[in-house]
Amino acid sequence: MAILSQDEAQALLQKVLTYSTADECAVSLNGRTTGNIRYARNSVSTAGAQDTISLAVESRFGKRAGIATCNEFDEATLRRCVQRAEEIAHLAPESPEYVPLLGPQTYLSPPSAVTTLLTPATRAQAAADSMTLCAAKNLASAGFLDGGVRFQALRNSKGLAAYQQSTNTDFSVTVRTADGRGSGYAIADVTDPAKLNTKVLTQRAADKAIGSVNAKAIEPGKYTVILEPAALMAGDDLSLLGGLLGGLDARSADEGRSFMTKKGGGNRKGEKLFDERVNIYSDPLNAEVPGNAFDNEGLPTQRLSWVEKGIVKNLYYSRFWAEKNKVAPTAYPSGFVMSGGTQSTAELIKGTAKGILVTRLWYIREVDPQTLLYTGLTRDGTFYIENGAIKFPIKNMRFNESPIIMLNNVEAIGRPVRLAGCLVPPLKIRDFTFTSLSDAI
Amino acid sequence: MNRRDFVGLTGLGATALLLPGLPGFGAQRVDPSRLLEPGADTILKKRLADAALNAAKSAGASYADVRIGRSLNQYVFTREKQVQNIVSTESYGVGIRVLVNGCWGFASTSVVTEASLAATARLAADIAKADRLVMKEPVQLAPQQGYGEVSWRTPIQQSAFEVPVKQKADLLLAANAAALDAGASYINSALFQVNEQKYFASTDGSYIDQDVHRLWPTFNATAVDTKTGKFRSREALSAPVGLGYEYLTPSANEQVYGPQGTDTVGYKLRYDILADAALAGKQAKAKLGMRSVTPGKYDLVLDPGHLGLTIHESVGHPTELDRVLGYEANFAGTSFATLEWKAKNLPYGSPQVNIVADKLQPGAVGTVGYDDEGVKTKEWDIIRAGKLVDYQKIRDQAHIVGQKASDGCCYAQSWEDVQFQRMANISLRPGPAKMSPDEMISKVDKGIYIAGAGSFSIDQQRFNFQFGGQLFFAIEKGKITEPLEDVAYQANTQEFWGACQGSCDQSDYRLFGTFFDGKGQPAQVSSVSHGSATTRFNAVNVINTARKV
Repeated sequence: MAILSQDEAQALLQKVLTYSTADECAVSLNGRTTGNIRYARNSVSTAGAQDTISLAVESRFGKRAGIATCNEFDEATLRRCVQRAEEIAHLAPESPEYVPLLGPQTYLSPPSAVTTLLTPATRAQAAADSMTLCAAKNLASAGFLDGGVRFQALRNSKGLAAYQQSTNTDFSVTVRTADGRGSGYAIADVTDPAKLNTKVLTQRAADKAIGSVNAKAIEPGKYTVILEPAALMAGDDLSLLGGLLGGLDARSADEGRSFMTKKGGGNRKGEKLFDERVNIYSDPLNAEVPGNAFDNEGLPTQRLSWVEKGIVKNLYYSRFWAEKNKVAPTAYPSGFVMSGGTQSTAELIKGTAKGILVTRLWYIREVDPQTLLYTGLTRDGTFYIENGAIKFPIKNMRFNESPIIMLNNVEAIGRPVRLAGCLVPPLKIRDFTFTSLSDAI
Repeated sequence: MNRRDFVGLTGLGATALLLPGLPGFGAQRVDPSRLLEPGADTILKKRLADAALNAAKSAGASYADVRIGRSLNQYVFTREKQVQNIVSTESYGVGIRVLVNGCWGFASTSVVTEASLAATARLAADIAKADRLVMKEPVQLAPQQGYGEVSWRTPIQQSAFEVPVKQKADLLLAANAAALDAGASYINSALFQVNEQKYFASTDGSYIDQDVHRLWPTFNATAVDTKTGKFRSREALSAPVGLGYEYLTPSANEQVYGPQGTDTVGYKLRYDILADAALAGKQAKAKLGMRSVTPGKYDLVLDPGHLGLTIHESVGHPTELDRVLGYEANFAGTSFATLEWKAKNLPYGSPQVNIVADKLQPGAVGTVGYDDEGVKTKEWDIIRAGKLVDYQKIRDQAHIVGQKASDGCCYAQSWEDVQFQRMANISLRPGPAKMSPDEMISKVDKGIYIAGAGSFSIDQQRFNFQFGGQLFFAIEKGKITEPLEDVAYQANTQEFWGACQGSCDQSDYRLFGTFFDGKGQPAQVSSVSHGSATTRFNAVNVINTARKV
């Protein structure tokens, strides 16, 4: 039930629209079927499946709007849902930020969804591949595998109709030595579960765990760092690149409360804020990270350059703020691509005289929104590099650094890999600021 | 309102205690009037639950539990002079957990019929059977008595859902006006209202019906200096609470004035949003011209609205037994406070440190009558006179530490999600002797007073942390001298609690809290409160966070 075809979804939405008496009405369906397995101490801890679908109805009378939802689909419930949305609209205050619903739109066609999905048995086998490897080496694994299919369908009284399915599988694993003195990490996400090899990823995490035993303390300070993609973009937590890109909002910049605010008023769109090798864009048609074709209002996504040769080329404009400023609105993308070079992380290490390899950053939080200063810590594999090779593991450290400064101190950009629905390269950064040591392993 | 607006408004980017997303906020919206409608009655719920339990047993389950959940939430968002959004959400469905051959299996569905629940129970059993392949340690459940048919309700005076939406929006708009009049350039405000109707049944013989209410009024006021491009914000000093709308009825008895020279007011179980917003507007503007702190060692005097977050991160999380054992190693981390560490009887803090876990605390957002595996909640000591004396546990962990019962710490964020270990309300007991914040400050030679929670970060084993705040004031020779900015302090958990010199008394005791304590994979949020009185810590390392970009 949770995944409706395009025809099934649009037929249902069209029926709901016929019940509307509002000036404008927009309806949407969201559904997902997902499953997961979680393990720790080389044994399964939890496993589950979720199956949900819901309908939302937004009714508008002039500049007044009301929203109601239901998750049952008999005719009486659907009629009642529309009626309730209309009742709320009549009671709501007029919105000074009202913009009319969109009419028919033309959408790109991102690469289609994979139909083969993980099952409880294949999830268990993938987890077993990971755990068995660790158990054989007297290492402790803790991992998580999650995946499924989702769909979204929109329709409104102005003739807009949209539908998209997507699939995703996410895997991550932390491997720790039995004595708790070493820890390593690996992560991957794919649209096709067949591309996932939990054994190879676990081996990578295991190598880091074994290699990180007997970590030495070094003095905090400014160091050249090689940040692996997992240190730049995270799916579950804040991240250095994710935080920066999430801050490219025109309205907050224009209002004077963003790092993108221009002294004296306005925003810094068009300014060169980063090293000229920094290029970041979004593209729903990218084969490796296919994106959403539309946003929640039905606005089409398209290939859009955010940073080009270090210059901020675009900011996010909501439909209201775009209309006020007489510019085109922006459909916020579902993923980003940071262009890079051809070097792998290993090759970046070879070209480094002295530096620190960072596997992963943790608990990143904004300290100052004015300068986009973030703090956080290294985790699960931090190593000192000398003369092009890893010399020894080092203790974890806290950083206080701004991604704006970081992207001005670029030494090298490696080959991007898929992570958290984005393509992210490893980065070699000079003068990255560490402020204290941590005993955490 | 998009996700980034929401994050900015609630300060989630800065104050969520690990934000794994916004579960529960975007899914199913429903009109406000429906929030007052009664859900299914307990007779029907019992019948549905029995259908699931019987199907689970037929599928081979040695234990099963069923949670029929209905979450009714309403959020009112405003900015400056306008209502941005009124969002009413309803989520209704069932989560079923089964234990087959020593393995857990879980499945959930939004189709609430006897047939669907039976099918979902069988799916959960199939998942458990598939996972036999990867089971090394069969689950051992601590025995739990069945309570029969019982109920519990948050002791509220007035449900926030019974208050007309217009009245709530008008209150937020009045707060906005107060902040703008006092000097703010912008203000976003919100009122979060949560009602969780939870029906739990298990093969132990419990049928537990709970009606949980939570409320959180909050805002973020920002002052902008267009000429310099500088902007500064001050967030609300309210707390999320396990109370009804009565929390928004100001009461002089529930106000606690900060030290002389700080112009701060703290709130107990009643909150004056208009007064706090007016102060916030004034203080946000004042922040544009404050002196940047000189880094160094300072004695810190921390108000409860700030210290609650430090307690959460440096005591609450490291004493969760699932972290200690390694179950969170891949995401939220492990803990320095291992079983071996505890066996050595090492000090967690100074003898002045007494910390209690309490799921019964009045007004706290984590307060409920029973947890999500049918255990009656309680109060117990975590740290006594500076020594770690116990952890927080659930049913399948108690045997690992030689105990025979769960602490009632097992929760899920909704019926859709599997239950697992979550933090109890963890609080620092106030000092036994009468002492006001002014008296405490009078004995500090060189220090900083910090009010309100700001930026925060701690490592995955809970050693190294860094915290900011909302308001900072220099203390020199026993007196507040001037406000400061760019303040953050860094410490090691044991050193920090070892430097604790004691707290003010019960009259200064207040709650800090959050709706968004994040943990687990798939990540879930949980509500939790932390109480304390103003407390002093000697010789803590303070850094200056100012940068130029």
